[in-house]
Amino acid sequence: MIVDNLGMGKPSDLVQGTLDLLILKTLLLDPLHGWAIAKRIQQLSGEVLQVQQGSLYPALHRLEQQGWIKAKWAESETGRQAKFYALTTAGRSQLEKETANWNRLSAAINLVVGEA
Amino acid sequence: MRLVARIRMAFLSLFRRGTASTLLDDELRYHLDRQIDENVTAGMSPKHARAAALRKFGNPALLRDQTRATWTGVWLDSLLRDVRYVTRALVHAPGFTSIAVFIIALGIGANVALFTLVHRVLLNPLPYPEPDKLVSIYEHEASNSNDHGYLPIDAGSFSEWQRASQGVADMALVSPFQGYSVSAEGGKLPEKIEAGMCSWNFFSILGVKPALGRPFGLSDDSPSSEATVILSGAFWHRRYAGDSSVLGRKIWLDAKPYTVIGIMPESFVYSGAFGGNTVQVWTPIAHEFPPSLMTAFDDHEAIAIARLRSGTTLPALVSRLQAIQKEIKAGHPGPAVHSSVIGRSMLDDAVQDYKTPLYALLAATACVLLIASMNVASLLVARLASRRKELAIRVALGGGWLRIMRERILESLLLCAAGGTIGLLLAGAAIRWLVKTRHDMNRVEAIHIGVLELGFVVLAVIATALFAGLISAFSSKIKDVLDGLQDSSRTLSSSRARAGLRRTLLVLQVSLTVVLLVGAGLLLKSYQRLRSTDLGVPADNVLTLHFGLPEARYKVSAQRIAFFENVLAQVRAMPGIQSAGLVSAAPGQGYGGDDLVTVVEHPSLPKGTGLDLQIRGADPGYFSAIHLPLIRGRVFRSDERLDRANVVVISQKAAEMCFPGEDPIGKHIKISVDGRIGEVIGVVGDTRWNITEPPMPQMYWPVLGDGWVNVALIVRSPSNVSAFAMPIQKIIGSLDPDLPVSGVGTIRESIAKSTIDSQFDSLLVLAFAVIALVLAAAGLYGVLTYLVTQRTSEIGIRIALGARREQLLGTVLFDGLRPALVGLLLGLGASAITVRLIRSMLYQTEPFDPVVFLSVAALLLLVATLACMLPAWRASHLDPIQALRTE
Repeated sequence: MIVDNLGMGKPSDLVQGTLDLLILKTLLLDPLHGWAIAKRIQQLSGEVLQVQQGSLYPALHRLEQQGWIKAKWAESETGRQAKFYALTTAGRSQLEKETANWNRLSAAINLVVGEA
Repeated sequence: MRLVARIRMAFLSLFRRGTASTLLDDELRYHLDRQIDENVTAGMSPKHARAAALRKFGNPALLRDQTRATWTGVWLDSLLRDVRYVTRALVHAPGFTSIAVFIIALGIGANVALFTLVHRVLLNPLPYPEPDKLVSIYEHEASNSNDHGYLPIDAGSFSEWQRASQGVADMALVSPFQGYSVSAEGGKLPEKIEAGMCSWNFFSILGVKPALGRPFGLSDDSPSSEATVILSGAFWHRRYAGDSSVLGRKIWLDAKPYTVIGIMPESFVYSGAFGGNTVQVWTPIAHEFPPSLMTAFDDHEAIAIARLRSGTTLPALVSRLQAIQKEIKAGHPGPAVHSSVIGRSMLDDAVQDYKTPLYALLAATACVLLIASMNVASLLVARLASRRKELAIRVALGGGWLRIMRERILESLLLCAAGGTIGLLLAGAAIRWLVKTRHDMNRVEAIHIGVLELGFVVLAVIATALFAGLISAFSSKIKDVLDGLQDSSRTLSSSRARAGLRRTLLVLQVSLTVVLLVGAGLLLKSYQRLRSTDLGVPADNVLTLHFGLPEARYKVSAQRIAFFENVLAQVRAMPGIQSAGLVSAAPGQGYGGDDLVTVVEHPSLPKGTGLDLQIRGADPGYFSAIHLPLIRGRVFRSDERLDRANVVVISQKAAEMCFPGEDPIGKHIKISVDGRIGEVIGVVGDTRWNITEPPMPQMYWPVLGDGWVNVALIVRSPSNVSAFAMPIQKIIGSLDPDLPVSGVGTIRESIAKSTIDSQFDSLLVLAFAVIALVLAAAGLYGVLTYLVTQRTSEIGIRIALGARREQLLGTVLFDGLRPALVGLLLGLGASAITVRLIRSMLYQTEPFDPVVFLSVAALLLLVATLACMLPAWRASHLDPIQALRTE
């Protein structure tokens, strides 16, 4: 669901964990609101990854409940109030952990796929 | 930090639900608006831009729900909603709810009360430091196996044991069944008190110290020591009003001076199999026992207690002592010298008598709880059945099956929680009642509801709720429920299956009920046997005080009568005294003398023979004061005194013996020895002079007549009658300061506790059995009513087709009785096993008493038939037109 062209029916653990990683990574530099997060992921991935709202907002709220990110209402670039998400200290270390995990996992997958 | 943030989030999403939802809507709308803006920028018309954005956005409601589902505490939210829903449903069915709660309250209440008893009396450690190291040592004789073979010991053996156990255990000797007369001192009157004589180290081995003063020392515990005494806290408060100046003073025991060296705390109790919990003073045993008794091997006047040193066990100590005892027996082969040693923990020693009864009662209450939860399960199943359509629709509309299951469990949990709360209150009341009525029980002072008991309530509630809830939840499979939508009212397969489950529950219920009934029947029969040792009058709250008017100072009867009436008038005027009377010997307190009599109206008997009647003197108020039932005629009038005291009241047995088949009133009885003649004016109930002996025929003469010197003043008060002991003694003392008052105590104290135990156990088990019977009958009635309702149209068709009504009645009745019959057989089988366990509680009653078994079977069948009769009758009298129109 995070990626349109993957065409997956249900978010698997892998995909869900990946979305968390993407969100955390996106928020590493500065606080963003939901729309901007989706856009930023889209841009950085070269328009490959299109985050659906149906996945994005539940993920954001889950991360917030877990304390990895915190939210604040502030004026957005259009002048309207928007909910900005920022990384917490705990979120920062979680990002490191998930990045390491991802690297291990993708390297492993590459090994398998590359061999084939 | 993260924890704080998470808690804050949980709090916000739980309690600021409205705000959080609005904010979520805002957040999502912002996203949507940005999408629209983007689309417009890309060149779409505003209308198309909005439509495209919405398409991309998906279902906003679903998104909102999915997002909200990530919030912490959301499960709690839905749980609360379920609780609200279930509560509402229960409140809408007040009949069902109150019956279910009541049943559970009974079950849990009884269990909590019994659990509290078992825990506090049997399992709780004794109130001494390291109580598990304390043991009681007895002697044992293989040939003398009554009383479980725990026999008192001789002081001679004890000295040998003490020497042999050095380094392994510390031993003390105690004789807790002694007594003294306390002489008058400081304005107080003499009285007889229970006493314990103990070796000097008794208290230090128990690990207790006097609250005031010092414990005994080795130097106090020898024949040549100065006489010393330690008072019990209760005695100190009662006789000395808690005055600490009594410490160091001398009190007179059996007319000898003893220095009070210590006062035990009021909480100190020593309870052994041979008594001790009513001991009022403690004295050193070697000072009190004559030296010959201290060295005798054949006079068994004490028991031994020991504190095991670490590394020793009770069997090790016993086998060590056993070797010594063998040598003693070899050296002193007299018949009264015991040959072996036996020991048990001090806790067992105190509570052994209560173990079987309490565990039997606990098992009975567990049965009641099991039956109660089955009944509630059955009620829940029935309730569920009546809501089948509703459930089917919910499932069809996408209601989660787990959710519906959870509702079932919640429903039963709510019922059980309410029942448990009420049950706890019931248990509290029951325990208060028990502590008040059973002060004869060892360790009754320790009984109270504590943390563990509250935990037990919670556990019982959860277990009952799960049991009842799961049965009701699993009673209908999802497939069956969906069938409910297709069901016409005339296809009944699944509802019959559900009734089948309820039938199985019923069989179990009935068999448990039968077990309880058999147990109750046996105990009741045994109690009935023991009841032949009932005193004849209610024994509670009666205080007796004995005094005798010395003839040297009370020369003529008129003086004595004046004194008697003076005492009675003053005692009856005391606030709190219900009634008072005088009798020459109170029930259960001694033989009191007998005389041979003849009936004047009957032909004379051969010389030297006559009818043997126990003789009593009583004042006119005695009969009502002691609650002795008047069966015929009247009792004395107050003017029937001195030379007009020629009237006599006889007991029922005396009436049967002296006047068989005749009306005794108006006849005359003549005492052979002095020729005194009295007119029989009344017949009263029989009383026992000794609890273990059959009642003797008795006659009562006016104590206000001639010749009565020694009397018992009996006093009845609604509560705490012992508190009147001192004031009454003061009254007597103010009338005659030199008059010794003795035998101060309640009648209850003078009765062996075996009858009370038996009464208590049998009545409680009977109560539980009755509860079980009522529940089982209600279950039978409920199931059959349900079946009949379900089969209304079928029965209607049968009647319309010409089925005979009595045939229908029989069919339905048998349908209902079948589970009862199966349960009865199962229950009788189970009883055959369980009754062996209560054999030790039975008195002159065989465990396999055919009368009891047959009566239980008959009673159960009768009750079951009655319970089934109404629904069966209703079924057979259905109006077929009405029945076919139903639905």
